[in-house]
Amino acid sequence: MANRTHKILDWHGNIERNVTLLLVLSLLVVTIGGIIEIAPLFWLENTIEKVKGMRPYSPLELVGRNIYVREGCYTCHSQMIRPFRDEVERYGHYSLAAESMYDHPFQWGSKRTGPDLARVGGRYSNDWHVQHLRNPRDVVPESIMPPYAFLANNDLDTKTISAHLVANRRVGVPYTDDMIAAAAQDMQAQANPDLDGAGVTNRYPKAVIANFDGDATHLSEMDALVAYLQMLGTLVDYSAYEPEKNER
Amino acid sequence: MSGMTTAITVAVAAFLALLGAATGQDELFRAHFWVLFTVLTLASIVLLRRVKFAAAGQAIVPEDRSSYMDGVVRYGVIATLFWGTAGMLVGVIVASQLAWPDLNIQPWLNFGRLRPLHTSAVVFAFGGNALLATSFYVVQRTTRARLWGGDLAWFVFWGYQLFIVMAATGYLLGITEGREYAEPEWYVDIWLTVVWVAYLIVFLGTLVKRKEPHIYVANWFYLSFIVTVAMLHLVNNLSMPVSLLGSKSYSAFAGVQDALTQWWYGHNAVGFFLTAGFLGMMYYFIPKQANRPIYSYRLSIIHFWALIFMYIWAGPHHLHYTALPDWAQTLGMVFSIMLWMPSWGGMINGLMTLSGAWDKLRTDPILRMLVMSLAFYGMSTFEGPLMSIKAVNSLSHYTDWTIGHVHSGALGWVGMISFGAIYFLVPKLWGRTRLYSLRLVNWHFWLATLGIVVYAAVMWVSGIMQGLMWREYDDQGFLVYSFVESTAAMHPYYVMRVFGGLLYLVGLLVMIFNIWKTIRGDLREEVPMGYEHIATPELKPAE
Repeated sequence: MANRTHKILDWHGNIERNVTLLLVLSLLVVTIGGIIEIAPLFWLENTIEKVKGMRPYSPLELVGRNIYVREGCYTCHSQMIRPFRDEVERYGHYSLAAESMYDHPFQWGSKRTGPDLARVGGRYSNDWHVQHLRNPRDVVPESIMPPYAFLANNDLDTKTISAHLVANRRVGVPYTDDMIAAAAQDMQAQANPDLDGAGVTNRYPKAVIANFDGDATHLSEMDALVAYLQMLGTLVDYSAYEPEKNER
Repeated sequence: MSGMTTAITVAVAAFLALLGAATGQDELFRAHFWVLFTVLTLASIVLLRRVKFAAAGQAIVPEDRSSYMDGVVRYGVIATLFWGTAGMLVGVIVASQLAWPDLNIQPWLNFGRLRPLHTSAVVFAFGGNALLATSFYVVQRTTRARLWGGDLAWFVFWGYQLFIVMAATGYLLGITEGREYAEPEWYVDIWLTVVWVAYLIVFLGTLVKRKEPHIYVANWFYLSFIVTVAMLHLVNNLSMPVSLLGSKSYSAFAGVQDALTQWWYGHNAVGFFLTAGFLGMMYYFIPKQANRPIYSYRLSIIHFWALIFMYIWAGPHHLHYTALPDWAQTLGMVFSIMLWMPSWGGMINGLMTLSGAWDKLRTDPILRMLVMSLAFYGMSTFEGPLMSIKAVNSLSHYTDWTIGHVHSGALGWVGMISFGAIYFLVPKLWGRTRLYSLRLVNWHFWLATLGIVVYAAVMWVSGIMQGLMWREYDDQGFLVYSFVESTAAMHPYYVMRVFGGLLYLVGLLVMIFNIWKTIRGDLREEVPMGYEHIATPELKPAE
């Protein structure tokens, strides 16, 4: 026993005298875990459930999502309901992997300083969201959320939106040529019910069309963020979902 | 490179930044490049003023390059203290915003933008500079060789500061990838990659030309930290920019794959940046300060390989009960629990190094600080595996308990070991006989320890309370509390947490005063630690 330990120590002495060996071995040792855990997620078919209803974000929702990311909403709000009785009763059906399949990046979050937002879509009116974002304590006195009134003053730029869709397509989101060509127009139409919204609902089923921020003259960041919040968790058709078939 | 060439290179870079500011595709990119332009312009002015011009035919005396390269270590020490103060001050501010939300100043100083500033400033600016400075010091002493690559080490230092400035100003402007602890956008990531590769080259080059046959254990840890962080950074930040002149990019991965990649990165930012790197520090400074050899050579071999192998697997414990497949969650949990052993291997090796020298704790507050850091390391590496158990995690996840856990590691382990190392280094780097005052070190020790204890205890109570309130049912089967009721219940704890953080920050300010006096060369006349009882009476003047 003692002999064998000595042999191992002697052999280890070689690593301690050879920089290249130390470098290569330590790199090798740290790659194994990642390869075994992460790589299968890309090819195991049952990683993402088969569901009906998932679609890419509409241009306005995507811009809203980017604002959500920019403001660091994920530092206080999760978008991942765990399969516990209390969470399901409080927030709705537990989250599925399929529901974030077009999320670059994911926004599951890690902290609930505020409530989970995975299924906040449709729970409150647009007006409520606008008031709440302007000054959260006007509608929820106990809230400790920062105010976001400035969003209403920031106009949106529709010129660059198609480039955003193209970038998403390059990383695997199935935006069609049609969607990319109509992106700027769809962005306007989703926030203005007076325009023809048929294109939006054709391309993006269940998209909410509304004058979100109550000001029809401007397309603002407030419009985009509320449009995003109002679609969260509303896409999957749970009447057609079979949990047993998606056991993982 | 000569001073002139460097100044010109930086000036050209400043000009390119100006071009970026002019042609950027979005407002944020243009604003960010104005910041870059300003920083680089100021840098090139400073560099130009430092160029030494000699009359024709007169040679400039070259800098002495035979001894250790300590200039960059001195700068690193000062940068560590500077960013530490900045990061912890922002920490106190964000903690206050949670207690008093009116402190949010929209849009730039809202919690959502300041929180990444706090985490990055503490982890990457404070911790990163501490690692840079100590690794450059330790690798030279343990190989008996000057840093390899001439001025490359200076490039690493200043390049890293530029990365910090770009990351920090980006967060305030709203430029972020939205991935925790990896928020900087694609162009800042590319810059960090360049700097990091240079860091690896300097470190490896120095090891290659070492004059000692053995590579000392501290360097194994530093090396694995540098290499692994390079790997994590490259994979986790793969993304598709919208435009090469734009600030926005979309992650290469989506949803569940993106989540696991991110937490593979996130957990190993803890495992390699905040653990392996700082263990390298521990393996040099504790034996030095205690004046004892490392307790066990065998233990250091076993725990080194076990630690770096197991840490990589632990990421999924951040995703328990999420939409990540169960097998990956279970694997993550099993490895996290096993990780307890190599973590304590390091703690034991450090603590047992004091065998026969425990009495020094009475008289040496620097050693006390180093030992306390190991105690906190042991505590948080026990708490971590505990929280990675799925049943515990179902309660602790999403609550303040996690925040408390992180801070006992960051303030206790990372903070205290860095402070101890800096107290050790400063007199040596500036050629002083000793620190200005050991009694002030003692003050720092107690302020910091008390601060952490208040902070962690408060977060345990509030975190567990929060978790229990969310799942509380009444006997009719209804949820008892609405979410905002749990928010309102947090208020007193948030206030106490601010107090704990303030204590820690004040301790750091005491340290900065002490270090500043030491660098100036002042020595405080004081009774040595542990000799209070035999002091003063005899010194009364005769009547």
